[in-house]
Amino acid sequence: MNSRIVHIATNTFREAVRDRVLYNLIAFALLLSGAAVLVGQISIEIEKLVVINLGLTAVSLFGIVIAIFIGIGLVSKEIEKRTLYTVLSRPVRRWEFIVGKFFGLAGTLVVNTFFMAIGVFAALLYVSHHLVKSDALILVALYFIILEFVIICSLALLFSSFSSPLLSAVFAFSLFVIGSFAEDLRGFAAMAHGFTRWVATGAAYLVPNFSALNVVSSIAHGEPVTAALILHNTLYALFYAAMALSGAVLIFEHRNLK
Amino acid sequence: MKQRRKISIIAAACLVVSLAASALVLHQIDQLRPQATRQEVLYLNSPTVLKRLSLGYNGLLADIYWTRAVQYFGFRHHNHADSYNLLAPLLEIAAHLDPHLVVAYHFGASFLAPAPPNGAGQPAEAIRLMEYGIQNNPTEWRLYYDLGFVYYMNLKDYPKAADAFARGAKVPDAHPFLRLLAAQMAEHAGEFETARMMWRATYENNRDELIRENAVEHLRALRVDEDVTHLQQAVTRFGERTGRLPTSMGELTAAEGLPPVPADPDGHPYRMTGEGRIELRVPDDFPFATRGLPPGYTPQPKFHSNSQ
Repeated sequence: MNSRIVHIATNTFREAVRDRVLYNLIAFALLLSGAAVLVGQISIEIEKLVVINLGLTAVSLFGIVIAIFIGIGLVSKEIEKRTLYTVLSRPVRRWEFIVGKFFGLAGTLVVNTFFMAIGVFAALLYVSHHLVKSDALILVALYFIILEFVIICSLALLFSSFSSPLLSAVFAFSLFVIGSFAEDLRGFAAMAHGFTRWVATGAAYLVPNFSALNVVSSIAHGEPVTAALILHNTLYALFYAAMALSGAVLIFEHRNLK
Repeated sequence: MKQRRKISIIAAACLVVSLAASALVLHQIDQLRPQATRQEVLYLNSPTVLKRLSLGYNGLLADIYWTRAVQYFGFRHHNHADSYNLLAPLLEIAAHLDPHLVVAYHFGASFLAPAPPNGAGQPAEAIRLMEYGIQNNPTEWRLYYDLGFVYYMNLKDYPKAADAFARGAKVPDAHPFLRLLAAQMAEHAGEFETARMMWRATYENNRDELIRENAVEHLRALRVDEDVTHLQQAVTRFGERTGRLPTSMGELTAAEGLPPVPADPDGHPYRMTGEGRIELRVPDDFPFATRGLPPGYTPQPKFHSNSQ
């Protein structure tokens, strides 16, 4: 990878750490250890199910909040602090800045998810006293959650490239909610007719699809995920993120920074 | 400047290619999970909880649930489903979120009460929905009409149908035919004429396409039922007079002074079997007909036009 992109990504990661983003891990650890102790006492035969559901949902929600709230400020904060001018006065291209920021944020979330995953497995070990082979499926759910973060990061950056932090947060969060119901949206589109069907189908394919990435519930019940779904979800997340990043680059390239 | 232009072109190309590729992959994901976009799930089935969760936007939520109810019914009907278990809760939620959503009550009367495959076969739920609608919209005479309609058409409960029509007749600006219907229910005479009047009123007083098409289909079926009844009576009269069955439809119509080629509403002539039974030529075109059907025939659940 281009060394300038690597530098920007590393600095973005460092900045996130300096901003105490990883402190959320403390809250996560408290939540999960508290839940593990609690469900061990009040749940009958579903302790493991509760820990997996709660743990993976928390990983997803914590990460999405971080992705949105860090992502929306990545460009605007640099402009506000005027550090962007220093960066761009060096031999750094605008697209490299955007791509570097994206990798920095995605990297932060991967590290964050890694520590949270350790927490999930520790809680699981606490309630079920041993791990079984099917618990490895949790890794697939975690991988899908990371793919979710990749999409959200790219969207947050896209909105951050042209909008204020507040509006970017609203847009990104709205798309996250809409994307969670994307399959229902495509179901509605399939049942519409004529022009409405075309518009609805177009909108349904344009918004991100998070439903297929959410396998927490089925994983909690030990249902396997097909290799084809893993491959397609990976491709989808990469293409969607590439699309949003291309949009961000296109906008940022033409943005008047004076 | 040249460099920026080059980057813009590459970024635009990446955007278009990625968009197309993501749509293509998403389409393949849908193929992998075909059930995902067709989920018939009611995540929350308590209207009260939904009302609280709507944060005051219950009108919009009611519209969404109403749309879901129509799509749920339309989709299942189109696929010849034989049960509509979510229709009653979906309509109930829509009605509770917006008690003045009168169209939901009309829809309930038309499609909750009739037996499957043309409805959910839940007349009790339909009546409960109507009563809730009347309670919240006491001046809406069409709801009393819908209630009487369910009692008459689906339950054959004439006293309750008469009572519903009579209550509706008392509403200011109610259609005058409610009084007439109440009287006819009381003596339950002239079945064909009464049914025709009710389906015609349903057609004229509703704007929902699904309800109107349903009414048209019932009117067509009523015409068949009436024709077949009259022709069958003519066969009986002929037999009593001559001691034998007519050899052809032509002999029957000539002897009984009927139009030479009696035909169904689509123009297909009725046929007479060797046993003197009058039958439709294309029974599939009249899914609600109850007479003139070949022995053992199962009606196909479909509307007149393909609106689904």
